[in-house]
Amino acid sequence: MSPISNDADHSSARETTEGTVYTVTGGDWDEIVQSAAKADDERIVVNMGPQHPSTHGVLRLILEIDGETVTEARCGIGYLHTGIEKNLEFRNWTQGTTFVTRMDYLTPFFNETAYCLGVEKLLGITDQIPDRATVIRVLLMELNRLSSHLVCIATGGMELGATTIMIYGFRDRELILDVFELITGLRMNHAFIRPGGLAQDLPPGAVDQLREFVKTMKKNLPEYDKLATGNPIFKARMQDVGYLDLSGCMALGATGPILRSAGLPHDLRKSDPYCGYETYEFDVPTTETCDSYGRFLIRLEEMRQSLRIVEQCLERLEPGPVMVADKKIAWPAQLAMGPDGLGNSLDHIRNIMGTSMEALIHHFKLVTEGFRVPAGQAYAAVESPKGELGVHVVSDGGTRPYRVHFRDPSFTNLQAMAAMCEGGQVADVIVAVASIDPVMGGVDR
Amino acid sequence: MSETQEPRNGDGTDAPGSDGGGLPAPRAQGPEVIGVRKGMFGAGNGGDTSGYGGLVRTVALPGASARPYGSYFDEVADELEGALEEQDLVPENAIEKTVVDRGELTFHIAREHLLRVARTLRDDPALRFELCTGVSGVHFPGDKGRELHAVYHLRSLTHGRILRLEVSVPDADPHVPSLVSVYPTNDWHERETYDFFGLVFDGHPALTRIMMPDDWQGFPQRKDYPLGGIPVEYKGAQIPAPDQRRSYS
Repeated sequence: MSPISNDADHSSARETTEGTVYTVTGGDWDEIVQSAAKADDERIVVNMGPQHPSTHGVLRLILEIDGETVTEARCGIGYLHTGIEKNLEFRNWTQGTTFVTRMDYLTPFFNETAYCLGVEKLLGITDQIPDRATVIRVLLMELNRLSSHLVCIATGGMELGATTIMIYGFRDRELILDVFELITGLRMNHAFIRPGGLAQDLPPGAVDQLREFVKTMKKNLPEYDKLATGNPIFKARMQDVGYLDLSGCMALGATGPILRSAGLPHDLRKSDPYCGYETYEFDVPTTETCDSYGRFLIRLEEMRQSLRIVEQCLERLEPGPVMVADKKIAWPAQLAMGPDGLGNSLDHIRNIMGTSMEALIHHFKLVTEGFRVPAGQAYAAVESPKGELGVHVVSDGGTRPYRVHFRDPSFTNLQAMAAMCEGGQVADVIVAVASIDPVMGGVDR
Repeated sequence: MSETQEPRNGDGTDAPGSDGGGLPAPRAQGPEVIGVRKGMFGAGNGGDTSGYGGLVRTVALPGASARPYGSYFDEVADELEGALEEQDLVPENAIEKTVVDRGELTFHIAREHLLRVARTLRDDPALRFELCTGVSGVHFPGDKGRELHAVYHLRSLTHGRILRLEVSVPDADPHVPSLVSVYPTNDWHERETYDFFGLVFDGHPALTRIMMPDDWQGFPQRKDYPLGGIPVEYKGAQIPAPDQRRSYS
């Protein structure tokens, strides 16, 4: 490694066995172009990322380019691997939700629900989950679908230079995060959905704020249509870019908006319903275009459909419990706001400490030790905004998960990047990757 | 509960050890024993003040199911067996056992026949499991001679069905045929399972690490690989690292 030109603020070049390697810092394109023009090798390999504003987090794209054409494209992932699946094996089943919610951090409620559905299947209590808990789960998931699609459209627009869409998208997402904050106490990483039901019921005023939100959102959603759908520049950048047809989708296991943009109306909410989705009225939009523009249209329409489901949930909310009746599983604590944020209700503590020795023992055992899950394995899948989010849960009969594996749709869909980008322009790589909507927290876990 | 009080005799507990060669241990009939749980509170050292220290329980996964399996499972099993017979393959050789548990169908497949079974499941018009949702590894150090399991979930969009394939191999010879030629989507999934469990997928186009750095030593999600971590001080007390804390067995 012998630097041949070394200006601290600008590009540097060094010779390696692979050829000359340039480190680009921005504002130094002329120097790069001059040096590259002198080289006798036509083949240029560009490392995009892992720190690059338009690669959706720490995704590294390795592009082999010939002029402006991408001849070969590969992904480098793993920069955000945090060992969540391994960590889960050292916590009890309930604590697992705290970890899984951090996987794909834009779809926390889907991660939590998928995990809880898996654990509930292992426990054999799927039928005993109270209706109110299930309706609130659906409500939160559909709100979450809105917020995830909004981020996808917002950041996708920003990467095209359409910053207005970005501002609009994050403006509306903020409304949803406010609702999440009201209901769960947190904007992200909620750990609100627990095996057996929910951590707690909706707070007072939540339904009113939700109705207000639906009203605002119905006014705001058409703005995306007006702003982008017919916009000639937007269409020119998106149409026929990131092309992946149905056979490509099936081979590469792509699901979600990518599969539906190839014309197949596959949606787990319809084909393999969970949480009572078969009783809700909504449509599964598809397009035949197989491209980024089609995926954009599908996400727009899915947001409208999610809003429909949210309204139906609000109609269905009946008072009732939000946790299974089985006291061997239901978290005994009555959560209430204490001086240190969320904590146990003092009334509940007074009750178990002062009057019932058994209640105290039971509380202590369930909180410190957790419940046992019969040995076996189960697979639960939900339709996340990105596609099929599957969870394979294995128990050895203990109080901790033996193995939890997440089949994250971002991980699987990102494999399609090479098929979508090779042979296209470098600028189109950005559009194609944005239409996959990968979230590295989910890809790397 | 599938736990039994007494260890079973000759049910995989006395199977040939991993040094006995590369062949998977013979299949046990009945529940699959994967380990033994001792005591109650996980404290292995110190005096037993609980009285539960002598408790010994066998940990067993659900065993083979007998027909009828219920739901669409019988139809899938019939079609698969018929299709394998058409290819001059004895179904009993390929399908080691069939488990129906918690409303899910699992075929335990002998690894040498995995590729054929997967291709049949994908291509047979009556089966049509077009979508593979990848592979998940599971490490059972107590399942002697079958320590490493590879679990596949296949989904049929045509028929709206789902099933599970499970292949188990010994730690001494962790080779499983790659399904990339049948389901290209398994490319990254198999790399991930190799990365974390050391399962070698023969025939994979480029089996390299995907999550961990390329020069990483060991396979982090195996049960004998420590989690790591450092003790944390909380209100004056030292809380040990997560894998050093007391666990309840």
